[in-house]
Amino acid sequence: MDVLYFAWVRERIGVPREVVETEALTVNDLIAELRAREDRYDLAFSDLSALRVAVDQKLADFDTPLKGVREIAFFPPMTGG
Amino acid sequence: MRVSVQEAVFDLGAETTAFAQGHSDMGAIVTFTGVVRDLPDDPLQVMEIEHYPGMTEAALQEMAQTAITRFTLGDVLVIHRFGALKPGEMIMMVATAARHRKDAFEGAEFLMDYLKSRAPFWKREITATSADWVASKEEDEAALKRW
Repeated sequence: MDVLYFAWVRERIGVPREVVETEALTVNDLIAELRAREDRYDLAFSDLSALRVAVDQKLADFDTPLKGVREIAFFPPMTGG
Repeated sequence: MRVSVQEAVFDLGAETTAFAQGHSDMGAIVTFTGVVRDLPDDPLQVMEIEHYPGMTEAALQEMAQTAITRFTLGDVLVIHRFGALKPGEMIMMVATAARHRKDAFEGAEFLMDYLKSRAPFWKREITATSADWVASKEEDEAALKRW
C-alpha cells in the first residue's frame, strides 16, 4: 500500500511517500509495525494525539481496518484557510 | 460550484465579478479573503503552504456541496493557494451566493471554519531565524461545534 507523509511527519520520516508491504489489519497495527522498524518512525509516531490519518484520502480513525485500502496518509492537524 | 487549488495568484476583483454574474435570482454575494499576515517580532520572509493533492480538492468539493445544501446557496467558489507566499499576498478566497444575506454570510463562515481544520493544508512560517510549522489552534477545532 502507498503510505504518504506530510508537513513535519514527512520531515521526520525523511520521505514524502513509500510503498509498504504489510499484513496489518488496522491503522494502529501499521503504526506499530513502522515504529518497530526504525527510530525515525518511532519518533514520528510517538504522540498519536499530534497526528491525523487519512485512509484512501478520507479522514479516518486509528482503528480503521486496512482491508482493501490502497493509500494511507499521516500528517499533523491541518492549518488551512 | 467551483473549487480551485492552485499555486498561481488570483484576481479577487475579477473572480468576484465573474462569480456574481449569472445569479440574478440571488440577492446576496459574500466573499472572504485570507491574507498572509506578517509576524510582529520576527518578520516573515515566506509562508510555505503544503497540501495533499487529490484529497484537498475532494475535501473542498464536499464542504462546498454541504454548504450549498445546508444554507440553500445558489453557488459557491473556493480558491486556495499553495507554495511559497509573501506577507500581504492573498492565500485563499471563498464566495457564496444566496437569495438573502444571512445564508450567504453563514455559508461563508461555515466554509471558513471547515477549511481551517478539515482541508489538508499545512503552513510553515519562514523567518530569518526560524522555519516553524504553524500549530493548529484549539479554538479552530471548537469553532466546528457551532455547526
